[in-house]
Amino acid sequence: MSLGQELGSALEIVKLTDPGMVRSHNEDSVGIDAEYGFVILADGMGGYNAGEVASGMTVAMLSDNLKAALRDGHRDMQALAHEEIQKTNGAIFQTAQSQPQYNGMGTTLVLALFRDNRITVAHIGDSRLYRLRGEQFEQVTRDHSLLQEQIDSGMITREDARHSHNKNLVTRALGVEATVEIEVHEYPAAPGDLFLLCSDGLNDMVTDEDIQLTLGLMGANLEMAAQQLIQMANDNGGRDNVSVILVRVTGDFAEKRGWFTRLLNWFGQ
Amino acid sequence: MSKLILSLEGQVIREIELNKERVTIGRKPHNDIQIENLAVSGEHATITTILNDSFLEDLDSTNGTLVNGSPVKKHVLQNGDVIEIGKFRLEYLNPQASQEAPDFERTMIMRSPMAGAPKAAPPDFSKTSIEKQPLVVEKPLQPPPQAPHAAPQAPAKEPAAAPEPTVRSAVIQVLSGANTGKELELTKSLTSLGKPGVQVAVIAKRPHGYFITHVQGASFPLVNGQALDNQPRALNEHDIIELAGIKMEFFYK
Repeated sequence: MSLGQELGSALEIVKLTDPGMVRSHNEDSVGIDAEYGFVILADGMGGYNAGEVASGMTVAMLSDNLKAALRDGHRDMQALAHEEIQKTNGAIFQTAQSQPQYNGMGTTLVLALFRDNRITVAHIGDSRLYRLRGEQFEQVTRDHSLLQEQIDSGMITREDARHSHNKNLVTRALGVEATVEIEVHEYPAAPGDLFLLCSDGLNDMVTDEDIQLTLGLMGANLEMAAQQLIQMANDNGGRDNVSVILVRVTGDFAEKRGWFTRLLNWFGQ
Repeated sequence: MSKLILSLEGQVIREIELNKERVTIGRKPHNDIQIENLAVSGEHATITTILNDSFLEDLDSTNGTLVNGSPVKKHVLQNGDVIEIGKFRLEYLNPQASQEAPDFERTMIMRSPMAGAPKAAPPDFSKTSIEKQPLVVEKPLQPPPQAPHAAPQAPAKEPAAAPEPTVRSAVIQVLSGANTGKELELTKSLTSLGKPGVQVAVIAKRPHGYFITHVQGASFPLVNGQALDNQPRALNEHDIIELAGIKMEFFYK
């Protein structure tokens, strides 16, 4: 498959994870693959080191399976995301059932798959995907959390949520039940777009304004931008593990099509 | 559990625990907190508690409800807030806000009741939009913060909003070129200098000082005549920065 050549040169990807200033363990896990065009971020939860196990297993298993499926020529990214995440959920759930110290463990998840000038985003929980396009900075995923539900129902405002004592209560997680409800969407991805995946250790410590400022000023240097984001989270208290993945689309990555298909597309078929 | 301390003219009358989802306040006897005073409406206000948050709502009372001196209609209560109804004061105390809680920022999953007995969970969530199952916080497997486990060095930080930076205000003054004399206040957490796409350096405002970092561009900025490398450099009073041919001075206000 030639997908490696197009994607690898069209995507610049950087990842960084940090335990923060307070916690001794890092239960976040991150995985990236520019060649196959996917990035994964997971924030684990559970007693002792179960969180690390849940998020680590998730990233490892999804990475392996996605690579295999993409090599085999899978084309439907949304279906692929549903299938592989559900499988991963099953594996985590089984493990959690089988060992008492892993009982109840789970993880949040954000998975982004890049193909054919599009990004497919699957998420569960309150880890996020943001997009910076020109001057426009937006949170793309909507948290599966108690606070978000309260905001949606009009019970509290976004400002109230910053001062809430109910932060970090997710209403969905990977691995806590036999099956999981996954939210999947697809969007166009254009050269110049900058995507940020992050755990709540970032957005709980750093305002959206400061995140946007950092990406806007340092977006030319992804490594530096990632370091700056983590530094800001830690400067503001670093009360949780903090992880970021930055993806910059540097070129077109349209899927190669045969001349006939291209002709049909041109006619709007 | 959160509670209210009811007082009048400095005299504490009683303490009220917020142990149910809806606590009503007013002059009529059916209220949970009955305040017998003509300045208080029959049904004056309510406090709704969802897990660790309590919301105060004024029920269109005649004389209104104040929090810390300001009239409110709906307000998310913060530890230490003082509610005024008529001449009465109710101080809201949330023990969660004042304890050392290294687990405070931990992400936790909301489970169905099968998972375990609820600790402080109110019985009825029909008011919120979460229809799925009754919500219960599953306590983390570790014992409470005092027991020896995970986070060791956690300094006593209140889990409130991000602490205000204590660094002094600072300014950059342009010394050469067309903008000589102009001052740029370093108010934001990041301020960029130079020409975007050509030569960019950034000054970061951090709790312990200001740091300049080269971000983009073939040549590196100079500070006091010395070229920066890839690392951030701390700025000291009267440091001279040279970037894209322009000289500027850094100083604290």
